[in-house]
Amino acid sequence: MSILVDKNTRLLVQGITGKSGAFHAKSCMEYGTHVVAGVTPGRGGEVFEGKVPVFDTTYEARKQTGCNATMIFVPPAGAADSILEAVDAGIELVICITEGIPVLDMMKVKAAMAKSKSRLIGPNCPGIITPGACKIGIMPGYIHKEGTVGVVSRSGTLTYEAVWQLSSRGHGQSTCVGIGGDPINGTSHLDVVKMFNDDPGTEAFIMIGEIGGTAEEEAAEWIGKNCKKPVAAFIAGATAPPGRRMGHAGAIVSGGKGTAQGKIEAIQAAGIEVAATPADMADALLRRMAR
Amino acid sequence: MNIHEYQAKELLDLFGVANSPGGVASTPEEAEKIAASLNTQDLVIKAQVHAGGRGKGTFKNGFKGGVHLCKTPAEIRDTASKMLGETLVTHQTGEDGRIVRKVLVAQSVEIQKELYFAILIDRAISAPVIVASTEGGVDIEAVAEHTPEKIFHLPVDPLIGLQPYEARKLAKMLGIPTALLKNAATLFENLYKLFIARDCSMVEVNPLVITKDNQVLALDAKFNFDDNALFRHPDVQAYRDIEEEDPREVEASKHSLSYIGLDGNIACLVNGAGLAMATMDIIKHHGGEPANFLDVGGGASEQQVTEAFKILVADSRVKAILVNIFGGIMKCDVIAQGIINAVKAVNLPVPLVVRLEGTNVDAGRKLLSESGLKLTAATDIADAAKKVVAAAA
Repeated sequence: MSILVDKNTRLLVQGITGKSGAFHAKSCMEYGTHVVAGVTPGRGGEVFEGKVPVFDTTYEARKQTGCNATMIFVPPAGAADSILEAVDAGIELVICITEGIPVLDMMKVKAAMAKSKSRLIGPNCPGIITPGACKIGIMPGYIHKEGTVGVVSRSGTLTYEAVWQLSSRGHGQSTCVGIGGDPINGTSHLDVVKMFNDDPGTEAFIMIGEIGGTAEEEAAEWIGKNCKKPVAAFIAGATAPPGRRMGHAGAIVSGGKGTAQGKIEAIQAAGIEVAATPADMADALLRRMAR
Repeated sequence: MNIHEYQAKELLDLFGVANSPGGVASTPEEAEKIAASLNTQDLVIKAQVHAGGRGKGTFKNGFKGGVHLCKTPAEIRDTASKMLGETLVTHQTGEDGRIVRKVLVAQSVEIQKELYFAILIDRAISAPVIVASTEGGVDIEAVAEHTPEKIFHLPVDPLIGLQPYEARKLAKMLGIPTALLKNAATLFENLYKLFIARDCSMVEVNPLVITKDNQVLALDAKFNFDDNALFRHPDVQAYRDIEEEDPREVEASKHSLSYIGLDGNIACLVNGAGLAMATMDIIKHHGGEPANFLDVGGGASEQQVTEAFKILVADSRVKAILVNIFGGIMKCDVIAQGIINAVKAVNLPVPLVVRLEGTNVDAGRKLLSESGLKLTAATDIADAAKKVVAAAA
């Protein structure tokens, strides 16, 4: 079992003919993901890698192939439009990898999506992987292993770090979800935490956060009240100076809010094991599981 | 990105947000001319640097204060000559201070009441929120802590924007007299239009004032812009003043690298913002001090990695360098080749610790070991942090 994606996921890639889109579409196919369609406006009728049909619009791709998830590699200026196009086509799961989308664009997308049934993951995220079944995104597949530990994170490379630590200690993953580093995103820590809590295939999970906002605190509070599964967490940015945006648009401490210390306190109060350093993420979970 | 006060004033003027009349000058003569055109005895001159605390600052030539009230154009000219080209030191500039290249000359108004008005993005509700208070001209965070009932929050529907009735409601909440209600509402609406039209992440008017002659004016406005949206605002991009920025950050931004200078002596080059922050954290955990945050990003080229390396090496405080890469979109062999090119170009002056993992890791490790470069390989992030802290000690 897993959350969000599995062997039945039929993937569309928006921006499949671009450099990054093509590279990662191919690597997902090599992993075993069913990539059933691509979209690049003006390139309809082409065939990607000898087997994936390319369409002009997402609507056509959905109609012809029955794709139920999409991975977006469209550059920032057009990415919000591509998300809305996928939502309009009725695609259930929209995963936007694109980094650098203006906040006001995402604000409109989020408001427009309130009425839809689609779920957005990202933007500015590495994607989702259910090891051995389906990889959607830019993560290196080989570090993952089938198993029962969930991982949810705002940061791509920190997720890889956690996964690599888990795999090298013999613990595989149920599903790993990168929710993205932007201040406005489609799916929150709490959304994914609830899914892990409900998933019989997930026995424990790691939550990775960073400075800025209050999403980690909200997830921690819910876990403290509702979740019986072992959870470990790491918060990046304890040494970041306030008022400076640390790469991710969302990673900024402002007005004394969103500090690493505040998040760590909320997490500890919820009975979650805190990883002292990024090298300690898997071990923290193992300590919690042994308790 | 920060902008100068006079640039903020230009934006307010462009969007019809009422503020005190004035203009910017680069010479004492220009300053005098602007003062004369204002036709008043109530004048103010302000040194234009990005740092706060200008009023209480001191120039290196001994002249006190970066903000002065004056009565005549001649007095303005005289004051401008003591500011322009001189270095102003405030509590925010550090000892080096900042050279004043421009001064703002404006009418100084007599204030009846000071208010606070800001628009920012509230990430918790994914919408703009207006924060306003009857207590202006002071530290708003102190107001929020001690008298939270004096601060109003009004979320704005992102799809329809600020409505006229909401602007009127706000004006009433702030106790603005009936005679000035429409003027205040227009100011709020125009400020909201400016916020959206230029992709701001924050606009803060502190103070918003009611003058003794019954005008509502945005007396001082601070802007923050969404860096991700600058591509569609060439006018805002043109406001950038690189003289006011850390030269290391200026160099990094030329190559689209995300770099923030810090005070330590261990340089880091990392891919991904989260891992870059976590790398700083673990360096500190093992007793070291990071010299910078540097995220080379997901799709960096060999050239960008080389340039990133040059920036790290050029910093004389740096005693050791840590490269920590977990390749996803970024390929380890690209990083390795970038490092090799950089070291060939700059001659490595300090120890280098490298930790590579992820996409094309074998090719990357092979390139590095065959290059003959003197470096210490690390097996994982903890090992890397310990080794680089030891190397810098």
